Amino acid sequence: MNAPSEQDLIGFVLHEARLIDEQRFDEWLDLFTDDGRYWMPLEYGQTDPVLHNSLFYDDKLLLRIRVERLKGAKTYSQKPKSRCHHVLQTPVVDAMDPDGNRYLTWTPFHYLETRQDEQTLFAGWSRHHLLQVDGTLKMKLKRVDLVNCDSAFGNIQLFM
Amino acid sequence: MPGYNGNLDAVRALVRETEVHRDVYTDPEVFALEMEHVFANTWVYVGHASQIPNVGDFFTTTIGIKPVVMVRHSDGSVRVLHNRCPHKGTRVANEICGNTGRFFRCPYHAWSFRTDGSIAAIPLPNGYENTDFKDSAAAQGMAPVRNTQVYRDFVFSRLAETGISFEDYFGESLSSLDNMIDRSPVGELEVAGGVLRYFHRCNWKMLVENLTDTCHPMVAHESSAGTAVAVWKQQPEGTPKHPAVEIYAPFVSPYQFYEGMGIRIWPNGHGHTGVSHSIHSDYSAIPGYFEQMEAAYGAARAKAILDTNRHNTVYFPNMTMKGPIQALRIFKPVAVDKTMVESWTFRLVGAPDKLLERTLMYSRLINAPTSPVGHDDLEMYERAQDSLHSDANPWVNMQRLYDPAELDQPTAVANGTTEWQMRNQFRAWRHFMSATP
Repeated sequence: MNAPSEQDLIGFVLHEARLIDEQRFDEWLDLFTDDGRYWMPLEYGQTDPVLHNSLFYDDKLLLRIRVERLKGAKTYSQKPKSRCHHVLQTPVVDAMDPDGNRYLTWTPFHYLETRQDEQTLFAGWSRHHLLQVDGTLKMKLKRVDLVNCDSAFGNIQLFM
Repeated sequence: MPGYNGNLDAVRALVRETEVHRDVYTDPEVFALEMEHVFANTWVYVGHASQIPNVGDFFTTTIGIKPVVMVRHSDGSVRVLHNRCPHKGTRVANEICGNTGRFFRCPYHAWSFRTDGSIAAIPLPNGYENTDFKDSAAAQGMAPVRNTQVYRDFVFSRLAETGISFEDYFGESLSSLDNMIDRSPVGELEVAGGVLRYFHRCNWKMLVENLTDTCHPMVAHESSAGTAVAVWKQQPEGTPKHPAVEIYAPFVSPYQFYEGMGIRIWPNGHGHTGVSHSIHSDYSAIPGYFEQMEAAYGAARAKAILDTNRHNTVYFPNMTMKGPIQALRIFKPVAVDKTMVESWTFRLVGAPDKLLERTLMYSRLINAPTSPVGHDDLEMYERAQDSLHSDANPWVNMQRLYDPAELDQPTAVANGTTEWQMRNQFRAWRHFMSATP
């Protein structure tokens, strides 16, 4: 099994953002390992996701519920639907450990979510904790740190 | 259009026995009067003493839209002060929380104040000699909110100098706070896990009404809770019970479940859902917890405490709490069509961390800006906030299970789908909208 190149890791991050922007959420969910997590801390520099609250700390089942809900005929907060848009800085590869099957990237981003006549801009940094499963890169953890994670927000309905 | 300011008859006419006029949600003048009267004449939740354990610790917040700071005074007592410099009005304590030592110091001209608000020093004081400064309002320092009461670490203030006493205002409704606190084997709570803050583009009262609206969950939350149940059913047999599904699933219980749970009405706009049972009744036991409770209280009392599963208790005007999961929300009015929802969580001192973990998950899934259940609700409030401008019908209906006899019953237990508690809140609102109720 070939270890991924730096370009493979960067390509993964770009592809992942594109799946969200194109609302291909089922394909997006497939990028997570079975025990994968999507974490958006509430506190700047947060270390504990369990005994301190977060904006998201979803396992795959919770993400699946969100994704199915977005499709639902009675999901009124998605009538009309939200749309979103990522602008990513080139990801930096922070860890490259083929022997330990462990890879980490760091990606500054701007993210815009819009619905009806409102749009909201978010900015932050994504950390993708990746590993290979049967030769394919998967996310064990996607950690999204908003620059203003401790601000009050209106709805955040999609994924960053 | 008649104005509301100085026209108490017009204000009172906004609340009828079974309906309220849309201006209570949409009129900026009514909002301004609420801030002057409802939020001054009632006892409003400020914070929890565990947020300021040490002398000099402070926590800044608002009562209505008025900025205040709660501080641990040098004598160990909890004080609430108006958070403005008496000199030019600058906010003195600026962070949400911190420690100010023995003094607050205004960053503009270095006036300093003891933690009871009194002036400690003013630079170049001879400039005020022979000016009668000592008779000025400024000489009083940071004005204290004198009517402040600490009930088992829960801090409430009444801004108005005179009015209803704390005991008369809350009465039996304090039993819900008691139950939440008694769930700690040592009878003590600590604020823990951070605060989720969620902006709502709607009037604050819509959120308060929703607390005892038991005919919406199976409809508005079919999208979130219903989907959670459906996704869960697709999991392979034998998959361990997911704690989030325990949280989501009861929302889509049938009408009969909510009818049977009951609603209790108390004077002054307080009340709660879940008299006999609630959506919190069937959570899995946390290992070791009952044993700790039994050791602390004895088996019978421990069981009685844990078998009380009240759903939402409304502390009029703008606080609500859930004893079974140790969560508290404040609906902070910002403008007539803007509200900040703060979700606070507590650790039961002496109990397993798993309880805090569940509470945090609940708040994250139900009451955060990222919560599917929150999205369901906010969509309804926003649509109402916009469409109430329709002139087809200026009244909002609250007639479900109305009986004129209820006007003579300040305290009652009723069918769980009644809108009596909403009517109760508006009767209290009408009362406290007077300058001197």
